[in-house]
Amino acid sequence: MNDIRLQSQPDLSYQDEIPADVRTEELLVNMGPQHPSTHGVLRVVLQTDGEMVLKATPHIGYLHRCAEKIAENVTYPQFVPYTDRMDYLAAMNNNLGFALAVEKMAGIEVPPRAQYIRVIFAELNRIASHLVAVGTYGLDMGAFTPFLYCFREREWILDLFESACGARLTYSYITIGGVRQDLPDRFADMCEEFLDFFEHKIVEYNNLLSYNHIFIQRTGNVGVCPAPLAVAYGLTGPCLRGSGVKWDLRKAAPYSRYDEFEFDVPVGEGRFGTVGDCWDRYFVRVLELTQSARIVRQALQKLSPGPVEAKVPRSLKLPAGEIYSEVENPRGQLGFYIVSDGGRSPYRLKVRGPSFCNLSILTALAKNCLLADMAAIIGSLDVVMGEVDR
Amino acid sequence: MLLPDIISLIQAQTAEAVVAASADGLHPHVRVKPERLLEVCSYIKTEPQLNFDLLRCISAIDRPQEALIELSYDVLSIPLNHAIAVKVMLDRARPEIDSVCSIWPAAEWHEREAFDLMGVSFKNHPDLRRILMPDDWSGYPLRKDYQDLTEYHGLKIKP
Repeated sequence: MNDIRLQSQPDLSYQDEIPADVRTEELLVNMGPQHPSTHGVLRVVLQTDGEMVLKATPHIGYLHRCAEKIAENVTYPQFVPYTDRMDYLAAMNNNLGFALAVEKMAGIEVPPRAQYIRVIFAELNRIASHLVAVGTYGLDMGAFTPFLYCFREREWILDLFESACGARLTYSYITIGGVRQDLPDRFADMCEEFLDFFEHKIVEYNNLLSYNHIFIQRTGNVGVCPAPLAVAYGLTGPCLRGSGVKWDLRKAAPYSRYDEFEFDVPVGEGRFGTVGDCWDRYFVRVLELTQSARIVRQALQKLSPGPVEAKVPRSLKLPAGEIYSEVENPRGQLGFYIVSDGGRSPYRLKVRGPSFCNLSILTALAKNCLLADMAAIIGSLDVVMGEVDR
Repeated sequence: MLLPDIISLIQAQTAEAVVAASADGLHPHVRVKPERLLEVCSYIKTEPQLNFDLLRCISAIDRPQEALIELSYDVLSIPLNHAIAVKVMLDRARPEIDSVCSIWPAAEWHEREAFDLMGVSFKNHPDLRRILMPDDWSGYPLRKDYQDLTEYHGLKIKP
């Protein structure tokens, strides 16, 4: 009887064992390679202390196919499809970057109509790519709806691409010397129709996501990247402009007749925090949507009938020498460094992937941030692993 | 600033570090002595007239016929909008060079890539290990004489 009564009393003996101050210890958390917020096969090893991330170490290479080695074994035109598969969200821009580098080296003059078609598709692809970036960033922050709207509009762009070249993701449409085939009938009208619809939708994204209180709380003042740090780590594209640096290759070193178009280069202003925070990087992309639409409209006006492909020899040989050529991709500056020994395939081809360089800042940016902010920081860099690993 | 002026300024200010230079052509560059690379890089970054603040890319090229490995550092100046490349030639048997991470932190991953795929060793690199290939891989895939492994952890590799 006595024993039972004793047992019903709460056991308070453990209280003596708890130290006055709770002792914590560092814990390694493995984020990825299969994690919804790492946008592909990126693995980040987080050294955490409670809710704090002391150090984030990215591990890459899960998608490594060594496209640079492949390039040494294929001819120049054969390499175009491999560029599609680097930044698979902006394949048109990749095609353009490679084609321009080869053309500059071979001295091929691209007909005006092809140049404008290239601009139209490069900018449409920039819109499509930024829509994925904006939509999935909302998804990372717990907003599902904007993602659906963004993908609805992106789908329309993919339909336009499909009407021109038959492919929806890996186009190989912009080839050495021009574009593969002329635009389908009524393309300009279909494109205008899309732009009329699309430009009003940007207001919707802003109301739904950009100015959403929760979204601002999650991204403003988070992952702040001051301009000198961004330049030191070789950031380009929206990540660099988000830090307030007004630098766009389309303005600084125009290619493919970009100097004929009027557009602005938006930069981060720190409207909801500090210049260079996640919100700024995100919002630069939203602002670029409008600018790209502006360029597409102007390019459609400039289109005039004519050939869309220059004469390129069937077995294209580049003169011995080398070139380093860059274009402004949705994610930053994509560079191709081609060394030719006069043969039909490159002696060495090196790709400077903007995502690769942008991701290298992650350790510096994620130092002493909160664990929950990791998704915000990675998402704001908008990396495509196909290009990081190449 | 025009390219010939940039090159002559570098030549004048870094006594005899520049071995060769090319202002025309599609890839203007200065070739420097490997042991003077750090000095030249730090000069072109800090000199206000040059201000090469953004390292775009480090490319390694294997040249087995000449027993050399060539490194090309492509740099860009955002405030002044000009670009150039700095090149070095390394001994293919023992490719070793100072790391430029202290000048451009962007070099950290580019140098790791050159180490991983071309086997170039960088002195004073903060964290020099393979980046794209697995840590226990042997060989440097972008070298011209690279042979694929036949087996990796019991998995057969098709040629």
